[in-house]
Amino acid sequence: MFGLERYGDKTAVITDRGERLTYAELAAQAKCFAAAVAGDSLVMCLCENRLGSVVGYVGCLDGHIPIVLLDGGGDASGIRGLVAIYQPEYLWLLEDRVKDYEGEQVYSYGHFVLLRMRYEVEIEKPAIYPDLALCLTTSGSTGSPKLVRLSEKNILSNAESIAEYLEIDEKERPVTTLPSYYSYGVSVINSHLIKGATLLLCEGTVVQREFWRFMKEQQATSMAGVPYTYEMLRRLRFFRMDLPYLKTMTQAGGKLNEDIVLEYLQWAESSGKRFFVMYGQTEATARMSYLPLDHALEKYASIGIAIPGGKFSLVDVNGLPVDEAGVEGELVYEGPNVSLGYAECRADLARGDDNKGVLYTGDVARRDADGYYYITGRLKRFVKVWGNRCNLDAVEQLAKSVTTQCACAGVDDKITIFVTESGLEEAIVRRLSTRMGLHASAFSVRKIPEIPKKDTGKTDYPALQELITKS
Amino acid sequence: MNNSEKLTKVFADTFGISEAETKGLQYQGIEQWDSVGHMTLVAAIEDEFDIQLDTDDIIDMSSFEKAQQILSKYHIAF
Repeated sequence: MFGLERYGDKTAVITDRGERLTYAELAAQAKCFAAAVAGDSLVMCLCENRLGSVVGYVGCLDGHIPIVLLDGGGDASGIRGLVAIYQPEYLWLLEDRVKDYEGEQVYSYGHFVLLRMRYEVEIEKPAIYPDLALCLTTSGSTGSPKLVRLSEKNILSNAESIAEYLEIDEKERPVTTLPSYYSYGVSVINSHLIKGATLLLCEGTVVQREFWRFMKEQQATSMAGVPYTYEMLRRLRFFRMDLPYLKTMTQAGGKLNEDIVLEYLQWAESSGKRFFVMYGQTEATARMSYLPLDHALEKYASIGIAIPGGKFSLVDVNGLPVDEAGVEGELVYEGPNVSLGYAECRADLARGDDNKGVLYTGDVARRDADGYYYITGRLKRFVKVWGNRCNLDAVEQLAKSVTTQCACAGVDDKITIFVTESGLEEAIVRRLSTRMGLHASAFSVRKIPEIPKKDTGKTDYPALQELITKS
Repeated sequence: MNNSEKLTKVFADTFGISEAETKGLQYQGIEQWDSVGHMTLVAAIEDEFDIQLDTDDIIDMSSFEKAQQILSKYHIAF
């Protein structure tokens, strides 16, 4: 799929452990991996920013083997739950984790092991839809079994569009600042491999010396981040760092505060660098829009325009098109990167193209007279916490295992759990933090006399939302 | 409370662990000490000791013991 052979002796991957593979070597390793997998199989990869993880991913996509990417460092019970629901024929995981699973080791590469799985009771497994290439989680947390189903066409078209507007070529050297199971992280890998660039694979994060040493030594030319990444970089006095090789920074995975966007744009302009604000969802493989640089400074609050090959429109509550500038509606995207649909169990992998190229984003937006889009709200009850999508209803269900008298509301990077009893704060925060794999500071517990209800008896979420935004 | 006790308490409060667990603690050694936890820790240390840490010190603070060493540069004695 990637056409790796085109780039022969060029370097495809360099890791922070000193490993290095040319495109020819990566293609050869990918073939060996694919040869070890029997036909009509599903592979589940417990991702790390390590060479073995990338080789397994590329091996599956190039070998037309459907693969599910999960957070290798995630909550073990969540991973086991997904394994039980989907019963993949193989797990591709770090050798240290093999002991947690029942299976036979049939292949290994770069500290990763391929386990042929055994299950006591096999679920029914209808033939997987032939175009299914990749499944991604929508949140990376909450242990939800919901996966987004993507085809090779989805992945390739999105990678080509991204490479086009970012002008990615063989000279690029992106450092991996995002996890490789996260749709945005996967899109960085895809859009660079198809262009013969060199991936700088790094396990460290921006708060570690090792990360900065590696990206400087390897002369990284670009990095990608979610809003929280850019907030941390600011705190690390990033604007004063001397990084002559770094040319491009991209931001997606949620809305970065507009004033901070402007700061980065102004810094980029004055230092000859590029800062791209982008918007997307896993349901659209990754990317749907970007803010073109020539209008970025005047429209810094905008998500920009649809990516090459895509198209935005707005619809009102009755599903009728909103054509007027400045009027809000639900943002609808059409393009070849719109996913096939969701899966919630193994049998769903047999499903075909449910979405047929049209995605109702659940985001409310308006368009200005120049055709630039601005996100103004959300139809669905979810927030983004450090780039992870968190469904507030799912969080509420988790919190209800501590007390049934609770309700959740939230803004990005902060979920508030309203309770009517005192003394539960620690138990709730600990439960949510462990199960969702998020730092405790993402949650705030607030005691109120009673959970507000609407006449219908349903929780009055707008009232709770008001309590948050007022205080 | 002396400085050592103060630092131990900042670590314990930030990560929701016991004071005994702070000894020998390393970045990513527990789930709570990820990049988000790290920035929370830095803010808590700055508040507690009324200092502002340099970038180099923030990215070097990879363990509890390292934090003690770094703080001594800011004239905080242990």
